[in-house]
Amino acid sequence: MTSRKLWRFHGGVHPPFHKEESNQLASEFAGIPAQLVIPMQQHIGEAAEAVVKAGDKVYKGQKIAVADHHGISANIHAPTSGKISAIEERVLPHPSGLPGLCIVLDSDGKDDWGDCKLTPYSDYQNTEVSELLQRIRESGIVGLGGAAFPTAVKVSGSLNKAVSTLIINGAECEPYITCDDRLMRERSAEIIEGIKILQYMIDPQECLIGIEDNKPEAIEAMSKACETEENIEVVTIPTIYPSGGEKQLIKILTGKEVPAGGLPLDIGILGQNVATVYSIYQAVVKGIPLISRLLTVTGNGIQRPQNFEVLNGTPISYLAERAGGYTKMAEYLIMGGPMMGFALRDDHIPVVKASNCTLFVSSTVLNESNSAYPDQPTLPCIRCGKCMDACPLNLLPQQLYWHIRARDFERAESHNLKDCIECGACSYVCPSHIPLVNYYRFAKGEIREQTETQEKARRARQRHEFLEFRKAREKREREEKRAAHKAALQKKKQAAAKARAATNGAAGDASDSKADAIKAAMQRVKAKKQARAQQAKKQTKEQTKPTKDAPGINK
Amino acid sequence: MLQVLLALIPGTLVMTYFFGWGILFNIVLSVFFAVSLEALALLIRKRPVLVFLGDFSAIVTGWLFALSLPPLIPWWIVLVGIFFAIIIAKQLYGGLGYNPFNPAMVGFAVLIISFPLEMGLWLKATSFAEQSFGFIDSLRIVFGANMSPDWDAITMPTPLDAVKTGLLTGMDYTEIVRKSRYLSDSFSNTWMWSGLAFAAGGIWLLYKKIIHWQIPVALLLSLLFFSVVFHLYSPQHYASPVLHMLSGATMLGAFFIATDPVSASTTPLGKLIYGAGIGVFIYIIRVWGSYPDAMAFSVLIMNMAVPMIDYYTQPRVLGHKRKVDL
Repeated sequence: MTSRKLWRFHGGVHPPFHKEESNQLASEFAGIPAQLVIPMQQHIGEAAEAVVKAGDKVYKGQKIAVADHHGISANIHAPTSGKISAIEERVLPHPSGLPGLCIVLDSDGKDDWGDCKLTPYSDYQNTEVSELLQRIRESGIVGLGGAAFPTAVKVSGSLNKAVSTLIINGAECEPYITCDDRLMRERSAEIIEGIKILQYMIDPQECLIGIEDNKPEAIEAMSKACETEENIEVVTIPTIYPSGGEKQLIKILTGKEVPAGGLPLDIGILGQNVATVYSIYQAVVKGIPLISRLLTVTGNGIQRPQNFEVLNGTPISYLAERAGGYTKMAEYLIMGGPMMGFALRDDHIPVVKASNCTLFVSSTVLNESNSAYPDQPTLPCIRCGKCMDACPLNLLPQQLYWHIRARDFERAESHNLKDCIECGACSYVCPSHIPLVNYYRFAKGEIREQTETQEKARRARQRHEFLEFRKAREKREREEKRAAHKAALQKKKQAAAKARAATNGAAGDASDSKADAIKAAMQRVKAKKQARAQQAKKQTKEQTKPTKDAPGINK
Repeated sequence: MLQVLLALIPGTLVMTYFFGWGILFNIVLSVFFAVSLEALALLIRKRPVLVFLGDFSAIVTGWLFALSLPPLIPWWIVLVGIFFAIIIAKQLYGGLGYNPFNPAMVGFAVLIISFPLEMGLWLKATSFAEQSFGFIDSLRIVFGANMSPDWDAITMPTPLDAVKTGLLTGMDYTEIVRKSRYLSDSFSNTWMWSGLAFAAGGIWLLYKKIIHWQIPVALLLSLLFFSVVFHLYSPQHYASPVLHMLSGATMLGAFFIATDPVSASTTPLGKLIYGAGIGVFIYIIRVWGSYPDAMAFSVLIMNMAVPMIDYYTQPRVLGHKRKVDL
């Protein structure tokens, strides 16, 4: 742990952090629930496609759904052995509360790997980078900090670019959540090993691990684990929400700003969450795909808050039971933290790769950090500007709110709505208890819909215009054809006439040749007539002359 | 809002000490009218009355409005002003948060235009013990109960008034200062003392981070700049910077009126522009306009410019290069 120059991002807040509730106990394996519900869409991008069917027996670690190869996607593996009982729509852990396709796995309790474990790369330093990348892709690893962006895609994007800084995100700034804290305390050596794999793959100039100063044990453990590493540095950063936002952490550690609409890679930075790095280690060194993760079960609504190693697809109700059951305070179930998480309606919903916390909490406590769960009436905005002072992006939340209320989405966009990371710092400080982030989410959704509709309309118009164009073209082509045909016919006639004229009369112009032709024709007719008349005479002569050998009836 | 009221107390006490019961009557009357009219409007608009009264905004508006009125002004003039402030300027626009203009200043502007005579009757400032009217007398004057004092004998032009009329009649500035009791002896210049008391309250608000620093600082600096430049250019024709800074509504306005968040600019740079704009207009109207003081008009003029200022002064967002796509 060294002191180095740190930068500040604009704004930021200090909500009650509530970390002690869950970070005191060591993490434990949650256990194997009787049934796992595994959504096909638990990452950013295209849903994975199931490759098993109901009734199939699967082993632990068996690939049960493959990444869609058309776009960004990630594989999904069976978290334990058992039988697929159904592939059907179940409610997803998503703010919309809508169902989506899930594989339902009835576990057999044997937790049997079969031969599904991947071969460990004990010596990854002598393995092709492409092979390691393939392993990361194969193992279905996604960003575990919350975004769930497929890690292989992110890493492969950095392979042919110069990466100056690899930033490992151990900030964990969201209140209540302590799973990264426990992970860093308990598995620091594995995390460092995972970092070294990434270092080998992308060869950054330096690697910084950013950890907030409210996690001294984690800082100590990580510093100790990387003591002998020259190129890895643990950097203690001040505790301020949202320091764990990717852009914010980059600003704190390097002073650089990710260009709006761009990626950290554009300024030579790759960011990875500590838990993601740990699962890279698991996949490469242990051959274990991403089938479980550390997850915080906490809040005043639960008896014994603690971190658990949780299988992908474990129902939340199972975790609640594992943590001693609910208390009377359990009014809300939040997936994620109080600032950025979302409320779920019931606890049968499974946890997924990106789930880092299930928070059971009373409305009063929740309202301390997020006015989207109202405890007090919402009052009018008086433009006091506290939200502006708190915004880590330096946006004008009060102006955004104003324009969105007026449904002037264009103005909201010109106030950089799309830069909002929905961290909730504005709602937290708002003295009028306005759930500001809800407005921004709403507006973003509306704008997305509008753009889609516009795009559809544009395409429809394009299709229509093309249809009209095609019709016109066909008509024109038909007419041209007809005209050409007509012209050709005329030409042919003329040519024929010319040819005849040439054969009949040696000289003469067109009119002469015509007259000649008529004359010739008349002569031909005359000649024919004469010939016929002569023939007729001959015949009558012959008829009048009796024939000897003909059997005459007149006889 | 409650802290804003606390911060008004020193200035209010100083004014009461110099001008007597009239100041307190003004405050009590305006706050009473403001809260009643606000409650009435909320009832008519079917809004939760207690919730919205609980924000103290009507009290703040009433109080600030009262501080801009001369003592012993008839009660019905107070009512007319408050009616315009609360009903017309605030509730008809949708209530708290939706008013483009500062309600207290709308009320004041209506009165100074409609009742210029009554609005100019400032009592001679004396110490509280020497006040010409006691509690009962003051009450009778305010409610017009057969009590019509000889105003000429008991009122005195404010320093800004004295300077304005003096310069108009061709006197030069030093002469005006010599003749005015307020200006010749700065210790008896009640206006200066109350200005300083309001400034103290304002600094406390700054310290408490209730208000942002940009508006008061920009307002005071721009007013100071212009008053210094013109006073240096011609000390005979332009009043001293001290007079501009510590007379009239300068301090009250800079810290309490111009900082009303609803009607002021909201971006950091916008606040500087907004504050500086008010300072400029105060100077222009005081020196070349028809009114001795100009806080209300300057604030209202700049209120109009707020949407445009806010749009063009958006701060640079993280990861963006330019401030705004024009």
